[in-house]
Amino acid sequence: MSTVPFDRSTLPPDLPGKRRNIKLGDVVLRILFWLLVIFILIYTIFPFAWALLASIKPNADISSTPTRYLPSEIYWGNLDYVLHQRDFLYALRNSIVVSVSTVAIALVFGSLAAYALGRIKFRGRTATLYVILAMTMFPAIAILGSLFQMMRRFDLYNTIPGLVLTYMTFTLPFTVWVLANFFKAMPGELEEAALVDGSTPFQAFYKIMLPLALPGLVTTGLLAFIAAWNEFLFSLTFTNTYAARTVQPAIASFRGNTQFDEPWGSIMAAAVVVTIPLVILVLIFQRKILAGLTAGAVKG
Amino acid sequence: MVHHAMRTTDQRSQVGDCPTWLLKHCGVAMSQNVPAGAVVSTPDGQTIKVSDRPQTSWAKSRERLGWLMVLPSLVIVALVALYPLVESFRLSFTNARLASAREVENIGLRNYEYLWNSDTFRIAFGNTVKFTVFSVGIELVLGMVIALIINSQFKARGLVRTAILIPWAIPTVVSSRLWAYMLNDNYGVINDVLVNQLPRMFSWIPLVGDNIAGIFPDEKIAFLARPAFALPSAIAVDVWKTTPFMALLLLAGLQIIPSDVYEAAVVDGASKWKQFWQITLPLLRPAILVALIFRTLDAFRVFDVIYVMFGSKVETLTLSIFTQNALVDGDRLGRASAASVIIFLCIGVFVLIYTRLVKVEEV
Repeated sequence: MSTVPFDRSTLPPDLPGKRRNIKLGDVVLRILFWLLVIFILIYTIFPFAWALLASIKPNADISSTPTRYLPSEIYWGNLDYVLHQRDFLYALRNSIVVSVSTVAIALVFGSLAAYALGRIKFRGRTATLYVILAMTMFPAIAILGSLFQMMRRFDLYNTIPGLVLTYMTFTLPFTVWVLANFFKAMPGELEEAALVDGSTPFQAFYKIMLPLALPGLVTTGLLAFIAAWNEFLFSLTFTNTYAARTVQPAIASFRGNTQFDEPWGSIMAAAVVVTIPLVILVLIFQRKILAGLTAGAVKG
Repeated sequence: MVHHAMRTTDQRSQVGDCPTWLLKHCGVAMSQNVPAGAVVSTPDGQTIKVSDRPQTSWAKSRERLGWLMVLPSLVIVALVALYPLVESFRLSFTNARLASAREVENIGLRNYEYLWNSDTFRIAFGNTVKFTVFSVGIELVLGMVIALIINSQFKARGLVRTAILIPWAIPTVVSSRLWAYMLNDNYGVINDVLVNQLPRMFSWIPLVGDNIAGIFPDEKIAFLARPAFALPSAIAVDVWKTTPFMALLLLAGLQIIPSDVYEAAVVDGASKWKQFWQITLPLLRPAILVALIFRTLDAFRVFDVIYVMFGSKVETLTLSIFTQNALVDGDRLGRASAASVIIFLCIGVFVLIYTRLVKVEEV
């Protein structure tokens, strides 16, 4: 009787003998993977954490060499200074008014247009959608000069309504585009049922579809708010006093209470005040934002 | 004309004032072909006379409603975007100024001629191209790594996904100032990490540690003051801020790749590396293309990051900063318009490609 030689390679791969060999390589890969994950976490979180720390460090810590990582004591002076500085508070007020009105107007007109583009078949719809899509990527700089002239002519230069109007160039097309996709994806049964029950098409829109579209409205509104809050070029160019100037140019030109060096303590304090509400909003609504962010760019 | 168009969009006959598709709500099966003028009965015993009017006021009013709802947005967009765009083109052929009462004259292509011969404009163009190519290129590679990581299963996945949203949420102006502080040549944390912390960390590793520690600079680098480091510093800030967005776009593409393709590859014994190059990358091509174009047309008009860090210094001057300067500081409305038309045309090419890629018809 001949014996068949034992051949390891014929064993199924999940037998313990084979597994131990793979594990060594796996461990190395795992370690590399986790090092990469840790690196990404530090890379994304550290700079903002650094700003947070700087906003509560005494000024001596901020400009000390060698670099001081943790504050020697918690110092509220810079935050206090920023929150009592008149220009900064005006800028903060302007930013809130401009961003909220921009979002409100964009949502009202945007949802009307988006419903029509998403659910009603009419001639010129495809062409309109192309125009809207192209407008979402419109370079603001291309119209800076002519907008400037327009603002001067209609006495809108350095006014809040003027700024809100120019902010429509980037918020309205975006709102229409994202919401049109949202309305299009909604099931039609409820709307049809409402029509059968005798509501007019417009009633079907604002009584049935609009409440159902609330999650989409929240996401889109939030993204439009962030875009308006972070806008810099228009605010810098179309305002020259704190009657209308928003926080972004205010932070860009922040000079604090010393003239000799950049007052990093107050700059970072101002930056943190402007950014914290945004970061909190983003962390709360992160799932919605993830969905809306990519819908604005990828989904056709 | 209009009559014909409506026939093609809705050729079915109507019940009273409703199109045929509403019949199903009365219980009439959609599959049956209802001729105009016929009487159909619903399951609950009612009879409905289908309208023999071939054209319906209903469809007409619905189309009118569609236009009415789109109109306000179209008017606003026309007013604040399309009209100014046409104006930009027109002004680019004039010597218009903002603050002058002088008669505006048509000067033909003189503004474009000026820009063509201007060294500053040429530098701005070169810087813009450099900035765009490097920032988008680095973001693509980094974004891909991050997207692959969040697409795989591991414990801290949710944490990483949340963390990458932070740079994205921070206003560009803030991140620019924050990085300027971190890149400071005296007390900036990045110089401290490069010159002190990292060499100290690596010198603990036996045998090779000292060699690795040797590659770090001995002296602090003036990132913002030295011309050679200025543009790279701006690129670094942009990469930090926008890589999350790139990663999210690529992640959306990764998630629609069906998993059975990978299962088949595993059966065939393909390594992870091979799977990436032969399955993931080809299937991700459309998502990569969309992300690249989207980011390119965004990077090409860069203004905030660089303006906040460097103002209008020549080594980091970009087309947008050149234009804003010509307009606000130089009071050259005509010349600034010519520059903005050039930016618009460059970006327009990318927008065209982009709108071809995103299928509008399906909406």
